[in-house]
Amino acid sequence: MKHFAALINALDSTTKTNEKLAALVRYLEVATPGDSLWAVALLTGKRPRRPVNTRLMREWAAELSGLPNWLFEESYFIVGDLAETVALVLPPAPDLQERSFTQRMEELGKLRKMEETAVKEYIQNAWMEMDRSERFVFNKLITGGFRIGVSQKLMVRALAKHLDVDENILAHRLMGDWSPTGQTFDELLLTEDPGDMRSKPYPFYLAYPLEQNPEELGPIEQWQVEWKWDGIRGQLIRRKAETYVWSRGEELVTDQYPELIELGSALPIDCVIDGEIMAFAKGRPLPFSALQKRLGRKTLSKAVLQASPVKLIAYDLLELEGRDLRETPLAERRNLLEKLIKDAPTDLLLLSTEVNATSWSELAAIREKSREKLAEGLMLKRRTSTYKVGRKRGDWWKWKVDPLAIDAVMIYAMRGHGRRANLYTDYTFAVWDGGELVPFAKAYSGLTDKEITEVDRYVKKNTIERFGPVRSVKPELVFEIGFEGIAESSRHKSGIALRFPRILRWRKDKPIDEANSLDDLKSMLNQFNAGGNATDSTQ
Amino acid sequence: MALLTFSESGIYCAKADFYIDPWRPVKRALITHAHADHSRYGMQQYLAHHHSVPVMKLRLGDISVEGIEYGEVIQIKGIDVSFHPAGHAPGSAQIRVADGSEIWVVSGDYKLVNDGLSAAFEPVSCTHFVTESTFGLPVFKWQEQEIVQQSINDWWATNKANGLNSVILGYSFGKAQRLMQMLNPEIGEIFLHGAIANTNEALESVGYSFPENERVTREIDKTRYKGAMIVAPPSALGSPWLRQFKPYQVGSASGWMALRGARRRRNVDRGFVLSDHADWDELNTAVAATGAEHIYVTHGYSTVFSKWLNSQGFKAQVVETEFEGELQEIGEAKSKEIETE
Repeated sequence: MKHFAALINALDSTTKTNEKLAALVRYLEVATPGDSLWAVALLTGKRPRRPVNTRLMREWAAELSGLPNWLFEESYFIVGDLAETVALVLPPAPDLQERSFTQRMEELGKLRKMEETAVKEYIQNAWMEMDRSERFVFNKLITGGFRIGVSQKLMVRALAKHLDVDENILAHRLMGDWSPTGQTFDELLLTEDPGDMRSKPYPFYLAYPLEQNPEELGPIEQWQVEWKWDGIRGQLIRRKAETYVWSRGEELVTDQYPELIELGSALPIDCVIDGEIMAFAKGRPLPFSALQKRLGRKTLSKAVLQASPVKLIAYDLLELEGRDLRETPLAERRNLLEKLIKDAPTDLLLLSTEVNATSWSELAAIREKSREKLAEGLMLKRRTSTYKVGRKRGDWWKWKVDPLAIDAVMIYAMRGHGRRANLYTDYTFAVWDGGELVPFAKAYSGLTDKEITEVDRYVKKNTIERFGPVRSVKPELVFEIGFEGIAESSRHKSGIALRFPRILRWRKDKPIDEANSLDDLKSMLNQFNAGGNATDSTQ
Repeated sequence: MALLTFSESGIYCAKADFYIDPWRPVKRALITHAHADHSRYGMQQYLAHHHSVPVMKLRLGDISVEGIEYGEVIQIKGIDVSFHPAGHAPGSAQIRVADGSEIWVVSGDYKLVNDGLSAAFEPVSCTHFVTESTFGLPVFKWQEQEIVQQSINDWWATNKANGLNSVILGYSFGKAQRLMQMLNPEIGEIFLHGAIANTNEALESVGYSFPENERVTREIDKTRYKGAMIVAPPSALGSPWLRQFKPYQVGSASGWMALRGARRRRNVDRGFVLSDHADWDELNTAVAATGAEHIYVTHGYSTVFSKWLNSQGFKAQVVETEFEGELQEIGEAKSKEIETE
């Protein structure tokens, strides 16, 4: 496993994409096909279930290191990463043993079925056969999540370079729910028609946020403008009488949307549709929070299905009767999509209608009304554009409305993870409710490194109480918190929940009594819920 | 009353009216070593190991300072005072203060490993031991200096082969000199930031010598930096001064580099785990070797280390000071290391 450990180490010690790419290619050149397949799986987020309970792992590491549990836990708290803490505290290995990465993964795969004492023996022995960097990687294989900045796209680039196969083809072959034990490296990546392609989605084409003045995009007539809906981007596949639904996170989510299976059956011909899954009631789209109630549930109760039934707002047509349309210009794909929807005897499939404007300034005014439509803003797509792979500049832009914002007071702070393990980077914010500060949101991004260091110092100097990893701090710092949506929530003390809260800026100019109140948030909530009269634009 | 107490100005000996490493201006200050958080401005009189003297003068200007040898016992108002090697940096000392059977040792900053530069740490028996705890967690365990040395020189050679210059960051006093003597001059030329060159001159005045090197100045032909090693203080990171060495890779040598989080936050190309402070095992060894019953834990993971010592049968307590350990090297220190150019 030393090659894989070296790869992780190399990926971990640089922030430069080109160096990461070179490290991946170097690894693919020395690794066996079996090991490469595991590496591809793990680095693209395909992780087997956690084989060992982390609590046990902590106890076994403490025991082997001769440390009391409290001291191990304190160390973990400071380091911020369990895999790393274990690797650091263990005594040095008496003699190193090399086992292949594949063998280690197979062994880990068997642990779930073994008795606890046998698992303990296996893990403790394994630790004592490895050096620190290998131990760290081994522990990460158990605890999951490398967080070393390798995107699916980067992995695809490395494979394309190594195999000399086109990136798009490889991206397609890597999609779907394959597992490293299901086929060989060659079968997955080098077979022209790798088995049953029926369920395979296309990689999503993603837009960058619009950075320039829209006037610079040229005549508005060259652009197809749509609402940017706040649902779940999805791909509906209808092939050979089967329906599959994929989320943008490349998860097969068909089972979560029985309505879309019904939709699929109603389609007259085989096709692949890119669209937005949105909850609807009485012909109106519902806020994202309605859809959220369905997410991640194993079984959907009748009540949930009735409260927030979904429809698909179709953006694009990627395949028709087995023909890949991605190289066809958008305007033509659009015509085909319109015809398909007209011919489909179902009201579960809606066309994402065009937003018409004769000038960019007129469009800018329309964009201001996005929230009333329950949209996040506008999508701008060049009518001649092909359907590309991943996030690309140039032909597609998202032009979102500015986030909602509120000034809030920081009242708790927690240490970060990974890169920021010994800094207080995660904060809880509060607004006024009478004379009391009520927590309403957590946010951990939006500040510069310099500001984080400054806040960290403040936290350390102004701690009131410590609750495990959390500190309550003297309420003094005011931040502007931005968010995309707001919904009622019975789970939060404040009674509201925010969507994508983040720090917009540090309001050093504001004393805490000028922060906003819970009433301000509630009036935003009322405005937000009053939206949803968007049916006219979707049907 | 105890022989030493912990006051608002520093560690204080009331019977002899002196302070050790005070952080506020006092009449008489005994200084363990010349780093900025232990040796501060504004004392009327300083006493330090004579190797500390030129560095203190360089940094603090025209001060009234007396030098003392390791092991030399002097009496201050009837109290025995002596300095003993702490192994942390040139001239660094543990200060022993004795009044009959009550013996205190204030260790300042220390490490047990002999780095070949500073006089090696010597355990001093005492009844009360004041220890730092900069790296007082069991996750900190240093590798042997030879291994770190090898990896630094390998890194330098690889950079050179790739057409890159190397910049390595370490305190201008202590770490920089230790790094210099670890570098293999056969790989290429060694250049120094002015603050380090000045410190070297101060140390050379009391007999230290360093491998061949040159101070970075505007007059130097830039082509000479090709494949060279530039030794610079941590504050150089992100400064315009660094630009003249492009294209370069930058490495940081600090105990903090043992943690991925700190390494990544520091945003250097390479972190070398090299510290002038004791690691977990060294701290435990040092504490045990004193035979002291009472342990006072200062800067670092003081709460954890003190709790651990109590569980091991010592009477340990946390003492708040304004010492900072190695924070400078990850850009987190409050006190500014003085970089005189």
